[in-house]
Amino acid sequence: MLEFVQVFLRRLASLFRRRGLEDDLDEELRSHLEMAVELNVRKGMAPEDARSEARRSFGGVEQTKEAYRDQRGLPMIETMLQDLRFGLRMLRRSPGFSILAILCLTLGIGANAAVFSWIEGILFRPYPAVAHQESLVAVGGTSRDEPRGTPLSWPDFLDLQRSCTLCETLFVSKITGTTLSIGDRAERTTGSIVSANYFDAIGVPPMLGRGFLPGEDQGPSAHPVAVISYQLWRGRFRGDPQIIGKTERLDGAVHTIVGVAPEGFYGTFVGWRMNFWVPVSMEDTFEGGGYKLEDRGARWIESYARLKPGVTQQQAQQEFAAISQRLEATYPATNRGRGVRLWPLWQTPFNNAATLLPTLETMLVVVVCVLLIACANVGNLLLVRSFARRHEMSVRLAIGAGTARLWRQLLTEGLVLSLFGAAGGLLVAYWCRHALVLLFPARGGVQMYLPGELDWRVLALSAAVCLVTTLLMGLVPALQTSKIDLASSMKMEAAGVVGGRGRAWVRSGLVLVQVSLSFILLVGTGLLMQSLLTIRSTSPGFNARGVQYTGIDLVSVGYTPARAQNFQDELLERVRSLPGVESAAFSRMVPLSYVSSATAPIVVDGYTPPLEESPTVDYNEVGPGYFVTLGIPLVSGREFTRADDEKVALVAVVNETMAQRYWQGRNPLGQRLQLKGRWLQVVGVAKDSKYSSVREKPTPFFFIALRQNNLRGGVLNIRTPLAPQTMAAALAREVHALDPDIAPYELITLQEQLERSTSPQMVAVTLVGVLGGVALLLAAVGLYGVMSYAVSQSTRELGLRMALGADASNLLRLVMSRGLALTAGGVLLGAAVALALTRLLGNLLYKVSPRDPLAFGSALAVMAVAALAACFLPAWRATRTDPARALRD
Amino acid sequence: MLVLKTLDSMGPMHGFGIALRIQQVSEDLLQLNQGTLYPALLRQEQRGWITSKWGISENNRRAKFYSLTRAGRKQLEEEAESWGRMSTMINRVLRTT
Repeated sequence: MLEFVQVFLRRLASLFRRRGLEDDLDEELRSHLEMAVELNVRKGMAPEDARSEARRSFGGVEQTKEAYRDQRGLPMIETMLQDLRFGLRMLRRSPGFSILAILCLTLGIGANAAVFSWIEGILFRPYPAVAHQESLVAVGGTSRDEPRGTPLSWPDFLDLQRSCTLCETLFVSKITGTTLSIGDRAERTTGSIVSANYFDAIGVPPMLGRGFLPGEDQGPSAHPVAVISYQLWRGRFRGDPQIIGKTERLDGAVHTIVGVAPEGFYGTFVGWRMNFWVPVSMEDTFEGGGYKLEDRGARWIESYARLKPGVTQQQAQQEFAAISQRLEATYPATNRGRGVRLWPLWQTPFNNAATLLPTLETMLVVVVCVLLIACANVGNLLLVRSFARRHEMSVRLAIGAGTARLWRQLLTEGLVLSLFGAAGGLLVAYWCRHALVLLFPARGGVQMYLPGELDWRVLALSAAVCLVTTLLMGLVPALQTSKIDLASSMKMEAAGVVGGRGRAWVRSGLVLVQVSLSFILLVGTGLLMQSLLTIRSTSPGFNARGVQYTGIDLVSVGYTPARAQNFQDELLERVRSLPGVESAAFSRMVPLSYVSSATAPIVVDGYTPPLEESPTVDYNEVGPGYFVTLGIPLVSGREFTRADDEKVALVAVVNETMAQRYWQGRNPLGQRLQLKGRWLQVVGVAKDSKYSSVREKPTPFFFIALRQNNLRGGVLNIRTPLAPQTMAAALAREVHALDPDIAPYELITLQEQLERSTSPQMVAVTLVGVLGGVALLLAAVGLYGVMSYAVSQSTRELGLRMALGADASNLLRLVMSRGLALTAGGVLLGAAVALALTRLLGNLLYKVSPRDPLAFGSALAVMAVAALAACFLPAWRATRTDPARALRD
Repeated sequence: MLVLKTLDSMGPMHGFGIALRIQQVSEDLLQLNQGTLYPALLRQEQRGWITSKWGISENNRRAKFYSLTRAGRKQLEEEAESWGRMSTMINRVLRTT
């Protein structure tokens, strides 16, 4: 082995001083021959005979030198270098071709590398600085209604943590937010509610101070301590080295800062950077719905587990299933029909991984299509050039180059191209690695964080793509050379025929592939476009037009509940009397926001749940005038009024689906339901609307009166035809008049909120559309190239046809029909593949069948127009053939 | 092995000398082209069995002299030994049948 390395190194070293070694060799052989001659002369031969005798016994001098050289260097590498040099020279000689080919490949490889880096950075390794992400899984609950994942309750989580033997550790990380006042501005920032073991479990020790102590996740708001992010520390606290022990007001409670997280750690939530962490005991400060750590029915926890080495997900899943069955038996009131499930990180149901997964999957398919089209295009270009180089190849073959040698040279030339393409592509990917986030609008002033990751896995994959590319496009001309018939190709090129067989089929095949791939992308664009339009035109159940909302955080500035109530009442009066304001109302949250709805088990008077069901319904706390302001119609009964306060009986408004499910045809008005041990009377039934996603099915939901629940209504909804800027200025004036220390957040229109919730579809449509357009262009260029080549090769036939009486329209039809036949073939192939592939779009499609005829039809129309355009010019040129000249030449 | 043996018994030598010597020793039974010697010399040099340096031959000519290294001597011993074993074995086989 050692000897092998030694030999290799010596041979490698010889490559760098070839000239000196060559002189050595010459001299050595010369002295050998001279000595032999001398000896022969001494033996008595004539000088002439002596020389020829010496030559004879030595053998061929040049052969010896050749054998010596092969032994001395590394012939493989030497020929490769030779080929590389030759390839570079060829590129320089036709810069137009080279630039076009390299651009195609840069686009293809770059798009792939960028999508790889997004998939790596968002789905597979989403949490920078967290150790061993491959052993992390997301843990959530399931229920009969929600097999796709629900949160867990804290007591359930503790039971899992205690009983799980296959997990190294389980930890909680639940997104929350707070307001930090910066000067006279209020700014939202995101943070996580975590279990005390969080920083140990993820293996990220705080840079300053400490993480949380074991007891700090117990007791209602008992441990107001926080770890802050590096960015927050640098920005808000100017990198204060004495930060530990200082305090900061977070959601109304004064927290002691006990630690600073290291640089480059952004928490564990796909889509947002976390800026602070608080223990779960502070949950009732940050979340609505009161203290939940002792309530098994309150499900709000999002958690992760780290599996022990060697434990598969299935094994862990089985253990979790056993534990959850035990919980079901022990606590039927809260856990009936509920299970626990694991997801790999990239399928995490409770952050943006789940939303982005289908988008990224679709994009992966799209970029692979684009790469194939780019390969086909470059292959076509190479092929055209290989016809031009036919003569060169024939000469090489004629003077004794092996086919294998020619193949190697052509593949090396392909490699040179794709290396340039890959270099450009990686540059593109590097620039685009954080570009995904640009497609998502900022929410409430906070920009999403969707980093791409260009690590060695992405680089390796891109290198593999580059090699495959080389093979794909280098192979085409290589195959072509192996069919060169020496005798005939040294003679003149024979004239071709339009639609003639032979060489043309390779190019036609490539165009066929291009057409079918771009057809697939067109179909995808059509489907996504249609579902976007469908979603946009679906009524969310409320009238978003003309509604604006903003948050006013009274807790952060230290208002007591009574004072907050007063402030809200006064502000509401002032806002309602502003000119142009039609109505206004407070609520805890707006529909379709990322703040999760409060959810709780309920008991309905007169409804006996079947076994396997523990009724749990989402709800929102809203103030008087909410339904009018949002434009949610009431089917019967009334909405909340100012009179519904803490002094009178508790009331609720339910939606139609809820009335249907729990009162089954009876009139729910006047009936009772129990929430957290208190009975509420139903006073109204509202029409169904969308609550957390535009695409959700009608789901049970109810509203309780804000004033009866003593909650801080964080959101002020205003219905007004005024522009947001005008409204914002007026609002800020009113708020300042009441308390100069308070600033409202940015005013957001509900319409914008509605559009944001369709951003995954929007992103998919944009990307697939743009890349589909590029693909269509490439395919059209390919088709044009093939047709004009065919026309230029068959002038003699065209001339003959004209001489025999064919007129322009005949020739036009002849050429066009050939091009359109090619397109039709591609479309058929593409349609077949598209039927199988569009199912991948999965939940990006909304109420649109993956086989939607409209999408296929419009893709066909677009393709047909492009094909007609691409074929027309060559066809027109065919009609301009001068028969006399064509026949004479 | 022939080259190693030659260098072992004759000391440093140039290519022509080695070729001549091999021809003499084998009594012209090995009628190889002398040229084929050079790639072989190079291979052994790359493996570290022999080294070369330029010198002046007995009749005042610049020539490249090859000499055996320690590794080369060891290699020669090993080969001689294995060759010996092999020929003993073949002899024994031939005698018994």
